Amino acid sequence: MKPAPFEYHAPREVDAALDALAEAGAEGKVLAGGQSLIPMLNMRLAAPAHLVDINRVSALAAVETTARGVRVGALARHAQIFRSAPVAAVQPLLRQALGLVAHPAIRSRGTVVGSLVHADPAAELPAVLALLGGSVRLAARGAEREVAARDFFVGPMEAAIRPGELAVSAFFPALGARSGTAFAEVARRHGDYALAGVCALVVLDEDLRVSAARVACIGVGPVPLVLDVSGHGADWASAARAVQDEAEPEADIHATAEYRRHLLGVLTERALRAAARSAGSDDGEGEGG
Amino acid sequence: MSGHEITLVVNGVARRVSVPARRLLSDCLRHDLGLTGTHVGCEHGVCGCCTVLLDGEPVRSCLTFAVTVDGQEITTVEGLAGPDGMSAVQRAFAECHGLQCGFCTPGFLCTVTALLRENPAPTEEEVVEGVSGNLCRCTGYQNIIKAVHRAADLMAEES
Ligand SMILES: Cc1cc2nc3c(=O)[nH]c(=O)nc-3n(C[C@H](O)[C@H](O)[C@H](O)COP(=O)(O)OP(=O)(O)OC[C@H]3O[C@@H](n4cnc5c(N)ncnc54)[C@H](O)[C@@H]3O)c2cc1C
Ligand code: FES
Ligand code: FES
Repeated sequence: MKPAPFEYHAPREVDAALDALAEAGAEGKVLAGGQSLIPMLNMRLAAPAHLVDINRVSALAAVETTARGVRVGALARHAQIFRSAPVAAVQPLLRQALGLVAHPAIRSRGTVVGSLVHADPAAELPAVLALLGGSVRLAARGAEREVAARDFFVGPMEAAIRPGELAVSAFFPALGARSGTAFAEVARRHGDYALAGVCALVVLDEDLRVSAARVACIGVGPVPLVLDVSGHGADWASAARAVQDEAEPEADIHATAEYRRHLLGVLTERALRAAARSAGSDDGEGEGG
Repeated sequence: MSGHEITLVVNGVARRVSVPARRLLSDCLRHDLGLTGTHVGCEHGVCGCCTVLLDGEPVRSCLTFAVTVDGQEITTVEGLAGPDGMSAVQRAFAECHGLQCGFCTPGFLCTVTALLRENPAPTEEEVVEGVSGNLCRCTGYQNIIKAVHRAADLMAEES
């Protein structure tokens, strides 16, 4: 198993990367962490004529945290975001999710933005972006656009990115006051892609009643399934039934559709409960698991 | 095809080599540099036996192009022993019968070396999670997990 030959480009600046991508057009691919792309090249499921390696574009490694949220540059690795205390303080769901993404050796190289572009329907980070209402910034030679999460994930392994475009960063909005998040999933082995997973955001009002609750589910549809369950108050079991009714999970060699629907109910309840618990505590730190 | 002149600092020694862009780091180490301690199993990131340390961090050498890491430092299983002999992690694996055929062992040793550097006293759960990305098809995981705890003890005693 070896990759087919390709023309290799190793720009040091964003502009040079955009030039290389513009010239390669539909024949070009961005190489970020390579943790999804290189397996595909090794198995020859992909054989792009041009690879634009962005690992030397140090400007893309920037991570900016403000009161509004976290902007993660395209070269920021999973491990770097996982360990970052400032990121966890602004948006704890990133760390909760990244603890479930693959293994340490994959997280050393894999990038957060690469995972969003890759858009695996069982991946954790697309669900995080979708749940929080974040966005991805795409640049092409002479143009830039910011695409909201709901428009970015268009199908399994398919994101709204065009030939010649580079995803330069992603923006994850901050956690508000009296809010909590949690991520719950079931995988065959720790670090495997999940059979099903649910991340939740719960917002309480001043009397600590639920004012908003939302979940994003993975592994049960072509793109993260985002559902508003604010109407169920703190009746998490009823919210879980509503989510089970909405989802249309499919069967594969790992699990039947029925089992996935069952997991979805259990995980929805678990994630909402944990998110509500952390919303009620001051620090806003929820739980992964 | 050939044509990228790169320098890798492997186990402390700068090595210049000319590789095609598609050369995986695993193949560069094994074929170009003759360091066959790094093993190759699945070549899609799942088995972990090709794990090496890149600037101290564990990475899959089968999911890394050699050209991408031009100029960086790589530690392979051959570089884990010090001037005084086997590292604590290596001795613990031998002592606890943490290997049988040895195919998976280079990956485990590199993974565990990085794990204990970051977390010198891991809990049972942290150890299990820490080695969950490495597959062993013959020893079984109980002795491997014992070896990780034993290595942590050895390192604490010897520091
Ligand atoms: C064994 C194993 C287990 C894994 N388990 C999980 C898991 O449980 N959950 C999970 O979410 N992921 C998992 N992954 C995938 C991992 O998270 C990847 O790192 C991630 O999906 C892709 O990020 P990358 O930086 O490696 O991207 P690459 O592999 O470099 O690229 C992936 C795709 O995105 C494109 N791309 C990447 N960055 C950009 C950019 N900036 N602009 C435009 N296009 C870009 C590439 O062209 C390519 O098509 C696993 C991987 C392995 C090998
Ligand atoms: S050979 Fe690299 S992970 Fe299996
Ligand atoms: S010792 Fe044989 S595969 Fe692990």
